[in-house]
Amino acid sequence: MTAGRDAHPAAGEGDRDRPAVQAIPFAAARRRVRDGARFCGLVAIPDQAGGGGGLGLFAITSDDGELAFEEHRPVDGAYATLTSDVPAADWYERRIHDLFGIEPVGRQRPEPLVFPVPPGARPPLAAGGDPSAALAPDPSPTPAHVHGEGVFTIPYGPVRSGVFESVEYLVETSGEDIPHLRTRIFYKHRGVDARFVGLDVDDGALLAEREEGPASVAHALAFSQAVERMAEAAVPVAAQLVRVVHAELERVANHLDTMVRHTEAAGQAVAYAVLSHHKERVQRLRARLCGSRFGRGVVVPGGVRRPPGLSPHGVLSEVGELQRRIDQDVQRLMDTPSFVDRLRGTGVLSSDDARRFAVVGPIGRASGEEEDVRMSRPYGAYERLGHRVARRVEGGDALARQRVRMDELDGSFHLVRQAVDMLAELGETGGWRAAIPPVSGRAVGWTEAAQGELLSVVEARDGRLAHVTQRSASFHNLAAYGSAFPKDIFTDVAFIEASFGLSIAGAAG
Amino acid sequence: MPWIPRGLREGIVTSPYPRRPDGYDPGFFGHVEVEPSVGDTAAARAAAGACPTGAITIAPHPGRVQLDRGRCILCGRCVDLAPGTFRADRGFETAAFRRAALVVPSGEPDDAELAEARAQLARRVRGLRRSVHVRHVDAGSDGSEEWEIAALTNPVYDVQRLGVFFTASPKHADLLLVTGLGSAGMGDPLRQTFDAMPEPKVVIAVGADAASGGMVGEGYAARGGVAGWVPVDVFVPGSPPSPFGVLHGIVAAVGLLGSRPREGAPDGAGVPGTPR
Repeated sequence: MTAGRDAHPAAGEGDRDRPAVQAIPFAAARRRVRDGARFCGLVAIPDQAGGGGGLGLFAITSDDGELAFEEHRPVDGAYATLTSDVPAADWYERRIHDLFGIEPVGRQRPEPLVFPVPPGARPPLAAGGDPSAALAPDPSPTPAHVHGEGVFTIPYGPVRSGVFESVEYLVETSGEDIPHLRTRIFYKHRGVDARFVGLDVDDGALLAEREEGPASVAHALAFSQAVERMAEAAVPVAAQLVRVVHAELERVANHLDTMVRHTEAAGQAVAYAVLSHHKERVQRLRARLCGSRFGRGVVVPGGVRRPPGLSPHGVLSEVGELQRRIDQDVQRLMDTPSFVDRLRGTGVLSSDDARRFAVVGPIGRASGEEEDVRMSRPYGAYERLGHRVARRVEGGDALARQRVRMDELDGSFHLVRQAVDMLAELGETGGWRAAIPPVSGRAVGWTEAAQGELLSVVEARDGRLAHVTQRSASFHNLAAYGSAFPKDIFTDVAFIEASFGLSIAGAAG
Repeated sequence: MPWIPRGLREGIVTSPYPRRPDGYDPGFFGHVEVEPSVGDTAAARAAAGACPTGAITIAPHPGRVQLDRGRCILCGRCVDLAPGTFRADRGFETAAFRRAALVVPSGEPDDAELAEARAQLARRVRGLRRSVHVRHVDAGSDGSEEWEIAALTNPVYDVQRLGVFFTASPKHADLLLVTGLGSAGMGDPLRQTFDAMPEPKVVIAVGADAASGGMVGEGYAARGGVAGWVPVDVFVPGSPPSPFGVLHGIVAAVGLLGSRPREGAPDGAGVPGTPR
């Protein structure tokens, strides 16, 4: 696997010569995680497009911003589980088990996660499976985890009480507290990754946007950067700057969305009206820049489809006004005790748990995991722009996550202003899009989405996509959700969910 | 309490729609218009070939170009490639009562029928004073439609002024908003929600995903839309539709309330356009 300057294609070189059955897979990844590296994911790449035949598993780790990949080829559809050394691999192993039927040996039989294959059926992407044949997931609940007198399980979802994405939480409780919560995301698994196969890279970017609507720009950007790396294409500086503008406005909209949901849960009617109006203003500004309220269709492999629909001066004045109003109102919110009291001490994710799940993004930053790949592994124009990691906040609770996002709002506005200033100085030299020849190979792209680090693993042959995994921050982080209820009761759930700010679409795939 | 004066200071920000048109930002790309007089050209064929969802068809005789808005994800490629035939337009009143009516320009010379539909729509808009309770179910969306539906409660759209309220219980609901491409796991929960709603009830499929599966389409877990599971009355195209588009769909649908009760389940899975 190539990943530009960060490639470590032979991380497990010594293991290759020995018989795979006896070697402990991912020895290097295990060692790196033990020594403090962050686990970023485990990705299955089949040899034949769309599944079937053999496959390679790639463990991805990051150490001081440096990405490393280690491949292991399962033998007879099984491999020794990573979770014994890397607990954060849990959801990845379950996902790969559901979709490819590859068995992690040495752990309890993995509970289904993204797609509980019905008894007797073959996993959709397994050898001999047919990814186009309709399958119905088996929703039967798995056995409860908590036992004791008066403990029962409440299923909450998948149809929610309000305008939410579908997800089911199985809450095991004896009353008010939440000793155990299981997140069942398979209801809205769409099999998006499998649909990339055979598309050209331009269509791939449009599909990537639909992995996770609220993070459309981040997905298109990570995917496009993987393709550009493969093509060794130089994206025009102007296009890189435009990408920053769209990506940062997407972050602003997402962070505001979490705050809007907080005010709704707290019953702060005026604050809800004011903040949801700000979010609407941001969405309208995005539409004026590119025609789409979600920044869709603007990031394409090679650059951007078109320059912003507003002059630099127009963007600066809009953004300045937005920031001024948002600052004032969010500050007012933080001065409202009946609001802050609902967040303080709510949904604490301990730094130990954050470390264990290798949590990324604002949730991680509120619990001591500070990495922001805009700085640790800068991409595109971020290398040219002045930026800092969000201020350190303590606590790991919903209030800490809110504070991180407030700080990130400032950072995003600052980045937008810098990018627009530089764009104005550049004029229009260099064009907006580099040509992308028909690409072959494998590459990885990454972005810091509003939800956290997003990875795009892309394999292509002669310009057609052979495999794509969009590893969203929502998938990676949602695994930690069940650990954020140490002292909380049912009425806190709305705040904890909002303060995580994740998209179920991005997690379920 | 600093919040109350803060709220008042903002003045009125609510849209006049649907009483009067809304002067939404000029950059907003609401739908694609097809110029019927141009017909089959090399540029139109290039656009049809480049369409990522196969939404453009060109009939061999007489070379008529049609766009299926139920598939269109508003990527704008056709507008770039064949500007004489396709035009990016900012209007959002694109909801249709039949799946087939999302294909434009329409096949049959039914201008009279269209005019009648429009007139009916206008009458229905006037009748919006009643109280309409809305239930939303996500059947495999990408998450963007939920943002746009939730936006209807912000002060700009403020659907409560129209007597439209979101409800948690399907038993209180008159109207079901369904988003998403029909993910396999949501078939039963969606049907159960629909069955729990009292008559009369109306179903709105929100977004291209709900109409056709959109960019993802069909696969082992994607069913290419929700019409196979619940009888859809109104289709709102877009990827996602804007809040105004969803609002237009609701306004259009509300006219259906009080009409004859519906009999049972949909007729045939995935059949596009079941006129009733």
